[in-house]
Amino acid sequence: MRYLPHTDAEIQDMLGTIGVGSIDELFSGIPQNCRLQRDLNLPAAKSEAEAMALLGKLAAKNACSDQWDTFLGGGAYNHFSPAVVDHLVSRSEFYTAYTPYQPEISQGTLQAIFEFQTMICQLTGMDVANASMYDGGSACAEAVLLAVRTGRKRRRILLSGALNPQYRQTVATYCQHLDVELVQVPVAAGHTDLKALESMVDDNVAAVVVGYPNYFGQIEDLAAIAKLTGAAGARLIAAVAEPLALALFKSPGELGADVVVGEGQSFGIPLSYGGPGIGFFAVKNRDMRALPGRLVGETVDLDGKRGFVLTLATREQHIRREKATSNICSNQGMCTLMVGIYLALHGKQGLRKLAQVNYAKAAYAKAQIAALTGFEIAFAGEHFNEFVVLCPEPVAALKTRLEQEQILGGIALGRDFPELPNGLLVCVTEQNSREQIDRLVNALAGGQA
Amino acid sequence: MNTDGRGLVLDEKLLFEQSQPDRIGYSISELDVPSATPQDNLLRDEIEGFPELSEVDVVRHYTRLSSWNYGVDSGFYPLGSCTMKYNPKVNEAAARLPGFAGIHPQTPEALNQGALELMYQLQQALGEVSGFPCLTLQPAAGAQGEFTGMLMIRAWHEANGQKRHKVIIPDTAHGTNPASAALCGFEVVTVATDGMLSKEAVAAVLDDEVAALMVTNPNTLGLFEKDIREICELVHAHGGLVYCDGANLNALMGISRPGDIGIDVMHFNLHKTFSTPHGGGGPGAGPVGVVEKLEPFLPCPVIVENQGQYAFDYERPQSIGRVQSFYGHFGILVRAYSYILAMGGEGLKRATQLAVLNANYIRARLEGVYDLPNPQRSLHEVVFSEAALGNGCHTLDVAKRLIDYGYHPPTIYFPLVVRGALMIEPTETESKQVIDEFCEAMLAIAREAEQEPEKLHNAPTRARVRRLDEAAAARKPKLRWM
Repeated sequence: MRYLPHTDAEIQDMLGTIGVGSIDELFSGIPQNCRLQRDLNLPAAKSEAEAMALLGKLAAKNACSDQWDTFLGGGAYNHFSPAVVDHLVSRSEFYTAYTPYQPEISQGTLQAIFEFQTMICQLTGMDVANASMYDGGSACAEAVLLAVRTGRKRRRILLSGALNPQYRQTVATYCQHLDVELVQVPVAAGHTDLKALESMVDDNVAAVVVGYPNYFGQIEDLAAIAKLTGAAGARLIAAVAEPLALALFKSPGELGADVVVGEGQSFGIPLSYGGPGIGFFAVKNRDMRALPGRLVGETVDLDGKRGFVLTLATREQHIRREKATSNICSNQGMCTLMVGIYLALHGKQGLRKLAQVNYAKAAYAKAQIAALTGFEIAFAGEHFNEFVVLCPEPVAALKTRLEQEQILGGIALGRDFPELPNGLLVCVTEQNSREQIDRLVNALAGGQA
Repeated sequence: MNTDGRGLVLDEKLLFEQSQPDRIGYSISELDVPSATPQDNLLRDEIEGFPELSEVDVVRHYTRLSSWNYGVDSGFYPLGSCTMKYNPKVNEAAARLPGFAGIHPQTPEALNQGALELMYQLQQALGEVSGFPCLTLQPAAGAQGEFTGMLMIRAWHEANGQKRHKVIIPDTAHGTNPASAALCGFEVVTVATDGMLSKEAVAAVLDDEVAALMVTNPNTLGLFEKDIREICELVHAHGGLVYCDGANLNALMGISRPGDIGIDVMHFNLHKTFSTPHGGGGPGAGPVGVVEKLEPFLPCPVIVENQGQYAFDYERPQSIGRVQSFYGHFGILVRAYSYILAMGGEGLKRATQLAVLNANYIRARLEGVYDLPNPQRSLHEVVFSEAALGNGCHTLDVAKRLIDYGYHPPTIYFPLVVRGALMIEPTETESKQVIDEFCEAMLAIAREAEQEPEKLHNAPTRARVRRLDEAAAARKPKLRWM
């Protein structure tokens, strides 16, 4: 086996040093009644060529965004990733290393994370960001836990009805045994209903969670929400599933959010069927010591030279055990790196420009679809990348019709939003050419003939 | 031993310190639709402090940073409990196939049959290795797997009308175990062990408020819990369930299956046992296997197969819900499946055998010079203490001195039950030569502790930086540039 270096002679030699006659003797600590009495029933080892052929066949059975016109979003976004990103993360000094517990030989990982933390702060308008969480959904859940921990006796969480439903479900999973009540804030015209929110937010509310942009792609009036939330002494958690929007629109920090979490997949991480992505998590200074997850800080070595270490570990499970701020003990290191490289390449100007391109593409698609008889854009107001189309025919049939033309036209909203049975969530990014958008529009119109 | 190299160590500033106004490293296709801008009052100012660099700047920056790192591809990485085995390159190629890397999670299942088939087959293979009939691939990491498993245990009790609120955890457990249990609303009851968990110790704290026992087997001392079957029976007799932390599954493949010996729930760490890269901290993947009676509680959605067609089942009224968006770390699942294809059933068993051989060989070579607190036969890892070190030398000093010898240190100060623990897990992918050289270094360091202790106290001297002031970092946290 190519990954196993031992020769028979070496094995005999090693057994001699240990003082046993066979490898089996090394397992003598395992009682007979705990032994598997047969061979594993798995296929025989395959050569690299055989395995790749088999995997290639499986891969070929999937609708890849290279070959399909993809207008799917909903928490995972089809953006272009420059060759530099994959090239650099393929350096095995990065990806074959572990969590940087030994800082003297992990300065590469540590400095890259420190830079990542900085760029997340700059983008979100916050003071402190951690070294990342698993994904946007679990980061959102951890943000709710932070609000409950720091909210003293407050026991209610208000979740906007326009929040990404998978985030909402993940929050529900995390909170199910924590004596916390989750209440949904109604949606009015595609946005969190401010009037309803005003009547719901009181001194028993630990946090209000709002998508920015929300699941329908709409830009919420975060400043107004922050005002209501702040007046009641609750924390405002902004959940950002498409952070490219933050290069164009005011940052949640600037608008008054207390916690900003989200998903960083848009920044150079492949779609990969929805994972791995990367959760980001940023707070104001007052919540620094309540953060979950790893944090990298700057310090000096014995010679006074700048270096970086994991820090504020007394929050964490390996020290605090059941009293830790979270059970998380990893960060998405490799994805952190992808995001860092992607953001460094695009920089101050490129990210803004890219966000503008995305905005313009979606605006074009929206206008073209709005002009079609029977189709309607569900909500007014500003949006980013995504928008909801109300269709004149059942969405399932419509989607099938589009699929026959090799178009993945959007997400049917009926399952998560029964009040939008004909709703189709369409996402347009820089990856969609005008030709693709026109093809989508024509295909949609095709049903009217 | 890598003691005579003095490589070229390049300096590298932060991205932000190199930034030059108007320098660019991106290319964006020309806009082929009319331009459009949102209303002014919603727009942000430019992102203050964001870097402006060329492509060359960025490439050089990260290339230099990478040279300050030590990975499995750099050399021996005997980090106990982490199973730092070689990460096969073909796995990376497989995960990057456009038909895997380029598929959107909202694509209809009928159009992603290859991805679903791969996930289904991976579940089957993990089930065969572990003895569990039902699995979820959704958890993002081991700790999230623990959380998922403990939620299922709680849901099962509640479905049976029981509100049990205690979980028993031995003192050798990883810190994530009690943290995950607490996140499920459980109260943690810690039991002391004497290297091994005894039936008596468990019996002493067992009552009808105990929802589960959480064990690691083999435990964090590398010892197979010899009474595990009887302990499981005891817990079951009191109406509780048994959770196993699968961190040490690399010691058991093809030898013993947790699902056969009374364990009810176990998480896998695909980044340990199944060779997927640790990535500088992640992403990993933490699938969970369960016995039949816990199947209704698996996270949503569950993959189902019907006559060769695969689909997600969302109609799961008793499910604990979802623990993250979508279906898990699919890119990591592809790598693990690629590994299983390469190894086959026989190869996985061989990996376990050689991992145990390597650990026992290190033990034999270092025992007597380093103190071995637990004399029982250990499996895939060996834990020494600092008791034999003199001259004020501690485990931390040994670890830092190992860096000067060109090695990543073992896990240190864990498990907590061993004073100054040095936890060494070589894995199966290291050859006898590599291990011999490592042992020579360890023996040399023990001699230095006797004769030239300052070499340990001053270590490392050959890394990019010397020892860092961690206390200062925590006292006055600086967590971002500027």
